Amino acid sequence: MDKAILLVEDNPDDEALTLRALKKNNIKNEVVIARDGAEALDYLFGTGKYAGRDTEVLPQVVLLDLKLPKVEGLEVLRRVRADKRTNLLPVVILTSSNEEQDRIDGYGLGANSYVRKPVDFSQFLEAARQLGLYWLVLNEPPPSRRS
Amino acid sequence: MPGLSNHSITKKLTRMNMLVSGAALCIACVAFVAYDLVSFRQAMVYNLSIQAQMAGSNSVSPLLFNDPQAADNTLSALKAAPNVISAGIYTLDGRPFAGYWREGNGQGQTLPKVPAGQTEAHWFKDGQLVLVRTIVFEGKPTGTVYIRSDLREMTHRLKRYAGIAAIVLLGSLVAALLVASIFQRAVADPIVHLAEIARTVSREKNYGMRATPTGKGDEPDILIGAFNEMLGQIQERDGALQRAHDELEQRVEERTAQLAAANKELEAFSYSVSHDLRAPLRSIDGFGLALLEDYADRLDEEGKDYLQRIRAATQRMGLLIDDLLNLSRMTRAEIRKEVVNLSSLARSVAEGLQEAQPERRIDFRIEERLEAKADPRLLRVVFENLLGNAYKFTSKTSLACIEFGKTRQNGNSAYFVRDNGAGFDPVYANRLFGAFQRLHDAKEFPGTGVGLATVQRIIHRHGGQIWAEGAVEKGATFYFNL
Repeated sequence: MDKAILLVEDNPDDEALTLRALKKNNIKNEVVIARDGAEALDYLFGTGKYAGRDTEVLPQVVLLDLKLPKVEGLEVLRRVRADKRTNLLPVVILTSSNEEQDRIDGYGLGANSYVRKPVDFSQFLEAARQLGLYWLVLNEPPPSRRS
Repeated sequence: MPGLSNHSITKKLTRMNMLVSGAALCIACVAFVAYDLVSFRQAMVYNLSIQAQMAGSNSVSPLLFNDPQAADNTLSALKAAPNVISAGIYTLDGRPFAGYWREGNGQGQTLPKVPAGQTEAHWFKDGQLVLVRTIVFEGKPTGTVYIRSDLREMTHRLKRYAGIAAIVLLGSLVAALLVASIFQRAVADPIVHLAEIARTVSREKNYGMRATPTGKGDEPDILIGAFNEMLGQIQERDGALQRAHDELEQRVEERTAQLAAANKELEAFSYSVSHDLRAPLRSIDGFGLALLEDYADRLDEEGKDYLQRIRAATQRMGLLIDDLLNLSRMTRAEIRKEVVNLSSLARSVAEGLQEAQPERRIDFRIEERLEAKADPRLLRVVFENLLGNAYKFTSKTSLACIEFGKTRQNGNSAYFVRDNGAGFDPVYANRLFGAFQRLHDAKEFPGTGVGLATVQRIIHRHGGQIWAEGAVEKGATFYFNL
């Protein structure tokens, strides 16, 4: 069974379009959706709504928006990198922002990729295809701590 | 040695006083002595002349009767005049006839000869006065009388004079010293005080100090008054300057804070535009494409065309937002100037353009070795826009030529980018650099109309100017300096 993809996205349109893009590219992995930063952290650390979830099972990749309610994207990234359970988890920043400072901060906090969501959906489809190819097929995930 | 120099003016004044009074006294003494000496000598000669005449008159009969004994007696009467050393009577033919010598003083000494042809003469020689006189009787010369006198009396007198002069000189100098010390208080003290204050002021930069006026209204007092007034003016000006400086600093601080706040707001705004304004566009475009993909069978060609138009407009809006953000970024970006090789920068941008459309043949003419001090990152944006525009607007020109070089315009040197493309109507030249201003059909030459606005902003931020020349279908030239 393929591991899940954690999509952290507050905009339902973007959520629908991302799911469509993944589907169009035949990415069949389960997609877990978190609508804000707090929910994403709950999922990863088995707290709140996800209390009792087996935190040993990590997603294959996290697609992280930056502008999020409650806990901001960069803060989510910082906490993921600070916790030894998730510090090796692949995180791809997927955002509208093209601000230099966001890119500097994102990479500075240890993002694995930074992808800007293009307005042209065809381009986004291409981006999703490449993301799926890279992070779900080509990339060797870090070894599980259990093994 | 501040202690010494402190009183240099006092010393100078005293020395001057002494010198002046000393010199005046010396000159006066010398004049008196000289005058007295001259008149005393005249008196001596006169007295001796009378004595000689008397001796001569009394010697007439001894001469006539050839009685030297009687003449000797006559001469011995000169004993009464202690200054006479010797005397003598000569016969007409110059033979010694009678003589007199002061006691114990060259007794038996021969008489000196009288110079021939002299009747009356006197001369001072070896501290002695010699007088010779012809003895005349009844209009005829009968013999010669000769008297030699010492100057003992005159020497005594001179010594006395010198003593008096020395006493007077000493007394006068003491008096002058006293006067000088009084003058010192009146003249030197205020000046010394002024000098002291001036030195302190210049050392401590304390313009609040004041010299104490003498209150006499004399020159030193005027000097002190003027000096105090000058200090007052300096103090006042200093105060005004300080106040102006403080005010300016405060104003700069306020402005800086306002500017920082405005910048921060602008950044927040840009961020918001970048993030939030694009999201709905993505939805429109994404769902538009979804419709085209999933519901194509239920749409006729017109419906599909409308959807395509919606997507095209959305994507164009996305480009506009990106360009606008770029423009705003150029306004905010910090400028880091360094020496930039404009020629190689232009060449690299030209190569990039050529690679994007290798099928196009463009004659790029780039002048060598052009350098300028500018921000290389921002200047690349300038070249990307100017050369990119030239490239775009020559797309319908058969023998396209794009030039970059340096020239002179209105006496100033300027860089230029020239093409032989579509050009523009010079009537609208001033609208070229406005944001979203386009002079061409978007279908013919696509673009958002932000590029030149961005270029102008970058050039302005470098303190330069940009302007354009052109004509429809005759190409365009953009000039700029940095």
